[in-house]
Amino acid sequence: MSNYNQEMIDKYRGNFLKEVQDNVEEGDWVKMCMQCGVCSGSCPLGPHWDHPPQEIFMMIRAGKREEVLESTSMWMCTSCYNCIARCPRGLPITHIMHGLATYSKRLGLAPQQQPTAKFAQLFWDNLTKKGRVNELKLGLSLYFMNGIGEGIKTSLKMKDIGLNMLKTKRMSPMEYFGGHSCKDTKGFQAMLKKAQELEEARIGKSGS
Amino acid sequence: MAKHSYSFYPGCSSQKAASSSNYQVSVDTMCQELDIELNEIPDWNCCSASIGYAGGGELPRLALSARNIALSEQAHGDQDIVATCAACWLATRETQERLNEDSELMAETNTALAEAGLKLKNDKKIRHMVEVLIEDIGYEELGKHVKKPLEGLKIAGYVGCQTNRPFGIAGESFENPKYLDKMIETVGAEACDNYEKKVSCCGGALAFSEPEKSQALIKDIIESAYDNGADMIVTPCPVCQMNTEVYQDQINATYGTKFKMPVVYYSTLLSVAYGKSAKEAALDGQIIKAKQLEDIAGK
Amino acid sequence: MADMKIGAYICKGCGLGERLDCDELATIAQRDGKAQVVQQHDFLCSAEGVKMIQADIDNEGINRVVIGACSRRAKTEAFNFQNVTISRANLREGVIWIRPDEDDLRETTQEMAADYIRMGCAEAKHSTVPASEQEKGSNDTILVVGGGITGMTAAIEAAKTGYPVHIVEKTGSLGGYAGKMWKDVPMHSPYTDPVDTPVTKLIAEVEADSRITVHLNATISKTSGAPGRFSADISTESGATTTENFGAIIQASGATPYDASQLPELGYGKSKDVVDRVELEQLAIAANGGPIKRPSDGKEVKKVTFIQCAGQRSDKEGHLNYCSGDCCLTSIKQAMYFKDQNPDIETEILFDDLRTPGAPGEDFYRSGQDKLVTFRKGKVSEVVAGSNGPLVRFKDMILDEDVEEEADLVVLATGMVANSGVDIDAVPQNEPGEWEVSVDSILNLNYRQGKDLPHLKYGFNDSHFICFPYETRRTGIYTCGPVRRPMDTQQAIDDATGATLKAIQEIENAKVGRAAHPRSGDLSYPIFRKEGCTQCKRCTVECPFGAIDEDEKRFPVFNESRCRRCGTCMGACPVRVISFENYSCDTVGQQIKNVDIPDEFDEKPRILVLACENDAYPALDMAAQQGVSYSQFARIIPVRCLGSVNTIWVTDALNSGYDGIILMGCQKGDDYQCHFVKGSEMANVRMSKVDDTLETLSLEKERVETYEIAITDIERAPKLINDMAEAVEKMGMSPFKF
Repeated sequence: MSNYNQEMIDKYRGNFLKEVQDNVEEGDWVKMCMQCGVCSGSCPLGPHWDHPPQEIFMMIRAGKREEVLESTSMWMCTSCYNCIARCPRGLPITHIMHGLATYSKRLGLAPQQQPTAKFAQLFWDNLTKKGRVNELKLGLSLYFMNGIGEGIKTSLKMKDIGLNMLKTKRMSPMEYFGGHSCKDTKGFQAMLKKAQELEEARIGKSGS
Repeated sequence: MAKHSYSFYPGCSSQKAASSSNYQVSVDTMCQELDIELNEIPDWNCCSASIGYAGGGELPRLALSARNIALSEQAHGDQDIVATCAACWLATRETQERLNEDSELMAETNTALAEAGLKLKNDKKIRHMVEVLIEDIGYEELGKHVKKPLEGLKIAGYVGCQTNRPFGIAGESFENPKYLDKMIETVGAEACDNYEKKVSCCGGALAFSEPEKSQALIKDIIESAYDNGADMIVTPCPVCQMNTEVYQDQINATYGTKFKMPVVYYSTLLSVAYGKSAKEAALDGQIIKAKQLEDIAGK
Repeated sequence: MADMKIGAYICKGCGLGERLDCDELATIAQRDGKAQVVQQHDFLCSAEGVKMIQADIDNEGINRVVIGACSRRAKTEAFNFQNVTISRANLREGVIWIRPDEDDLRETTQEMAADYIRMGCAEAKHSTVPASEQEKGSNDTILVVGGGITGMTAAIEAAKTGYPVHIVEKTGSLGGYAGKMWKDVPMHSPYTDPVDTPVTKLIAEVEADSRITVHLNATISKTSGAPGRFSADISTESGATTTENFGAIIQASGATPYDASQLPELGYGKSKDVVDRVELEQLAIAANGGPIKRPSDGKEVKKVTFIQCAGQRSDKEGHLNYCSGDCCLTSIKQAMYFKDQNPDIETEILFDDLRTPGAPGEDFYRSGQDKLVTFRKGKVSEVVAGSNGPLVRFKDMILDEDVEEEADLVVLATGMVANSGVDIDAVPQNEPGEWEVSVDSILNLNYRQGKDLPHLKYGFNDSHFICFPYETRRTGIYTCGPVRRPMDTQQAIDDATGATLKAIQEIENAKVGRAAHPRSGDLSYPIFRKEGCTQCKRCTVECPFGAIDEDEKRFPVFNESRCRRCGTCMGACPVRVISFENYSCDTVGQQIKNVDIPDEFDEKPRILVLACENDAYPALDMAAQQGVSYSQFARIIPVRCLGSVNTIWVTDALNSGYDGIILMGCQKGDDYQCHFVKGSEMANVRMSKVDDTLETLSLEKERVETYEIAITDIERAPKLINDMAEAVEKMGMSPFKF
């Protein structure tokens, strides 16, 4: 993956805006930001972003590649779509943030310990296994994502919630053994594999 | 009234013994009363919600929803797709839009779908259950079925994010949608007119990964319901419901609050007002019991 | 004129018949108003009602018509009778609509109506039918000063409409500032790319039109006269002067680019690679679509930085305080010169606020973004020499960090300075009879008030930007283009067309001796009785429009066709020798005197409201339409402008027992909304002196108030009347009731 990163550095030689435009989902919108800041002001976790969307867009234009891609900022997106609804220039900001996150992950630049980055990967792994999310396994893998010790602590902390969910039949220990699934998991996975291949091929040829 | 039939996309959390299985129970009850037929999309898969992006790139994520739409086309050719979950609805609609705008992505998606023996036309209407209630059934009809008006109850309509943005319900504003309030009034309860957290974010999936930050948001949402004199919160979204209900104890521990605010689905509310039993209305799925609704249902 | 014969007509429609005792009003018109003919009608503005009045005019010799019906602002077409004076007693908007329909209020409502009938008759008695002014203009030719895009457009528009034009251009060629540009901002959709300037096309049109005469290397050394009959001396560099006569003048003298040598902190003058916007155009013309090269060493520019608001929007000494309006669009256009030639050239625009007004604005900005021009909110502190080119130091306002960036070329987006001639408020005027040419002046007017058009803000010629664009304070002279406010090419073209229409309107009105504007078509004009004049000069000084000159004995000389008929001179005159046929100290004074003033112990005060007919009176009318009510003790008289209010009216009113007086005029000051520019301001100054009168009479200061009223003050205007009624109740009745 780090080779991929070097490849991109060599290819774009400092023109980060172009790099984003070519490689990030909805990235060709970044140039259209007019720096009004409505997105930053509308973000529910705005204060927790190192660089709120408005700044991210400016940093991209100012060529701050590593600072953007290594940032935890876009992982703070809750997908509330407030920024999209309010952006006077119609930028799909939520999607751009997701796209930047995906791209940084792909380049190997995403912060390793960022909890949402980890959780998002767990979620994807969970759903792609059988086509449907196994909430129990997802929850457990989340608690243990930072190792056994912390996992037990988190599990204890979340114990009451789990019990409540069990009591109201909104969770079942049986899920651990098998659980919900698509029937055609073979077709499902073949489809995903193909999609992944196609996407990699497309990224390879873009901008050249 | 004629029967309404839809191609139904329940989504992962609505499955048996999943976090919003109670939503599904009350939806079934409500639909039966209103003569709405839900035909489950055979072998549907997860939409990856809005949190799959770390693992999945754009095309794989689009393929997920495309598969569901293609399956629906195959099984229920002329029926609109209906989802009860905000994220399911949003992801499916977004996929449809993105693929219709970009012929290259559409072609690639179809290549991927071919691996599963599927093909996508992509011309179905993709709707939220709330749209069905408002547009196909109508408030007037919804009101006609009320047998036990929920008189004396004051309810905060918490619309949340993804049922509201970026698509929302036709004719409603992003900043102050009124449909939930109208539904509350339709079943004879009183809506909190100035519920200022109506469309605020509960943290969504980040409730898992960023619990402190999310719970701070949730705290404000519940607090505002109390400030407005609400007896309970009603919501159309499984993530909203779960986040605002299950963390109240932890929030109480962190902030020293004494929250015990029931959070129910609109389908539960309608079911109770339609004279259904507590079980049919899925009141047994409440972690924080909706005592007043139980009383009405028990009468 | 034949003997005066008043006909009073009282309408019973619109509820007047039900709310008022019209028989009594008829009696009052006859007994108090001395109307020879009095008639009532159920529907006076109907064809039948109008016919009845016309029959009296034709058969009974009625030459003073008093209409007791709706507001003077309503049914003007129906009640439009020729060769008679028309007075309107406002019984509908002024009485029944602003008073509640309640039995115990009937008496005071009737009293109001009765007073308005008396006032209408009194006005009629003291008015005469206006004859048109004596000085009629006949000249059709339009003088256009300036041969840039604005001037050429004005000339072409006028010529196309059939009016001959002379263009006087200071330089040796037509084209002005736009003639120095490589390309222009697009004026038609799609607003995506720079386009050719319209200069070549306009020059060809001007040259092909036989009605347009062009004077190059020429200036105006003297302008005299009035609308319809101006005379201008056109002097060329060689010293030759020709005199031409004109009906109207359009001043399109444009703007000069700001002198960038005042910006050493931005590197101008220190580095050859720091250029202003005009020099960038020259570099682009030299490149002619090829790579643009920097001046110092001819290297192809690979990185260019634009600094917006250079020497503008700043309080610093020598800087322009204002936004020049087109620089952001210009920089976007110039950045495209680079991007369109080679998309890899880095182009950065450092802005404070990006402002892209006009039709192309937002789309052109987006197009710039689409071409990957980088827009960065940055405050530049300095430009110094770097190792390979100018080094720009700025603070990125979004990222909140200090940045240093080297560029091959830096472009300063400098502003524009109006070519508006001498500031007549700052330069002493020539004494009468000792007039001299000024080289700095654009028009060299021989008016008593100064050689050029007055400036308002920042050296731009005054021309109200919303209410009456193009009109200046010199009737018959119109401004357009960047001399009146900063603007781009498209706006200048639109502006030129507007000013041309104004000039034509004025020429046509001058031909028949009517006022040009804003009282377009008014046949009355100021009549001056020289015998009483004390040569105090107040009228000449206070006339906002330079309509009054002085003769050598310092008697005023009225230039009727320059006059706007506001009556500011009439309000100013301490000896009341200035009047109009249908608007004079008497027409208003007699209305004031004919209001019935009840005995002090009746507890029925009287409040006189002198309301400007442009904003305050319509606001009160609209209040009536919306059912707002105000005091039954108010008596409202519309005035042409608060500037026409003579203090004698106020003094007389106080002496005859009015309890309160309110003056309602338009907003004054730099952001004036006064239709006659200075009228409300003059009134305010005069009224400050009324305090002395009040003191002499031992009356409270609060009995006379002056307010600024906007046409939208529908709630406020009635409230101010009610406030006065309340104040009067507290202070008690005036002791001057006889």
